[in-house]
Amino acid sequence: MKSAPFQYHAPARLDDALAVLAETAGDDGRVIAGGQSLVPMMAFRLAMPGHLVDINRIEELAGVEIQGDTLSIRALARHACFHRPVIDHPFGRMLTCVAGNIAHYPVRMRGTFCGSLANADPASEWCLVAATFDAELELHSRSGVRTVPAREFALGAMTTALRPEEILTLVRLPIPPEQTQMGFYEFNRRAGDFALGMGLVSYRLEEGVAVDVRIGLGGIEETPRRLGEAEGVIAGQFLSETLIEAAAEAAAGGVDPIEDSQTTPAYRRDLARTVIKRAFDRAGRL
Amino acid sequence: MPYEQDMTLSINGRDYRIRLEPRKSLADAIREDCGLTGTHTGCEHGICGACTVLVNGEPVRSCLMFAVQAGGTDIETVEGLANGDDLHPLQQAFIEHHALQCGFCTPGFLMLVVGAMRQEPMLSEEALTDLISSNLCRCTGYRNIVKAVLQTARQGNAAAGTVRQT
Repeated sequence: MKSAPFQYHAPARLDDALAVLAETAGDDGRVIAGGQSLVPMMAFRLAMPGHLVDINRIEELAGVEIQGDTLSIRALARHACFHRPVIDHPFGRMLTCVAGNIAHYPVRMRGTFCGSLANADPASEWCLVAATFDAELELHSRSGVRTVPAREFALGAMTTALRPEEILTLVRLPIPPEQTQMGFYEFNRRAGDFALGMGLVSYRLEEGVAVDVRIGLGGIEETPRRLGEAEGVIAGQFLSETLIEAAAEAAAGGVDPIEDSQTTPAYRRDLARTVIKRAFDRAGRL
Repeated sequence: MPYEQDMTLSINGRDYRIRLEPRKSLADAIREDCGLTGTHTGCEHGICGACTVLVNGEPVRSCLMFAVQAGGTDIETVEGLANGDDLHPLQQAFIEHHALQCGFCTPGFLMLVVGAMRQEPMLSEEALTDLISSNLCRCTGYRNIVKAVLQTARQGNAAAGTVRQT
């Protein structure tokens, strides 16, 4: 449980970090922010980066900011930053609810929102949020910045479009209108453990009719994503129990579940149905 | 080719000048280089919580930080809780409520709770249960830990977290 040797770099400026990363990318130079996934992988020697570029001293990467209807989350914003709503709005309360499901308190003190996206675990709560609300990601390298939508960033389990010489510096989340109803539900077997399945739903009711419907599913497939087919069942209809049942059914029918040593694909397919229904049960209570 | 670097760790108000490899965890540096063996290492990959210490007042797993990352921070370990023979109120409550048996996990629980209660002095029982699910204890079944913490919270002094200046 001891990491392999590496060279340590702790630049104070983003430009310097990008330069070091560009020089060491060929020697598996890796960015460390919270380190709550990378360090365990290094302890197991599943990861043995030759260089670690620690971005924790780069002040310009700290914090979150709200401009109009966009929430900007910089690379060093910790999970704990969402323990209290970052905005007095159902969206802020939804993020607080989600954050409470991420690992445990001390891990949330260090781990970061952007780090979760860059790590791309199938069970990542923030990857689900990013997918469901169509986040935009800013990827910096020495040669410039590119903006990538969440759905193009996540390529598979633990696999993203991030290039070795790039740093995910910022994630922009569109804040939905005030009257939006959102619900989140996560299932796992032990408090703080990885999600086996989780659902995140969001919609507005206009005279009973559901509009701007988003149904996100995480932990079930390799990558959290919006379920267009299930959304289509509900969008433009009068919301009812029957309709939610039908959407959950469509969700379960359309997934390609992962399997692990303890759960079968059939189990996760059933779970997809359940987490979507329970996320709808919780909608509107934030 | 291992290389070492010089650094200073500030623990419980005292500076420790040490020389170590960047790959050394903060937990190992606290124990081996600073000689403060009250911080325990259990799983060494962020699951058990035995190595929990406060970094700038926040409870973190010291096995999931490299010591080189902790330069310039204020670290508090279990050795900083008591003032001589006067135990911290939470330590005293742990004794009174039999909140430990073998004691291996105890330093981690103490630092976790002291740190969390500085942010939130009046934790509800529900929030407390969620908080301590972070750390593994194989002896107590957790109930007595909850009793000890709730008593300390009622007395309103858990957040004190006084650091002994060594």
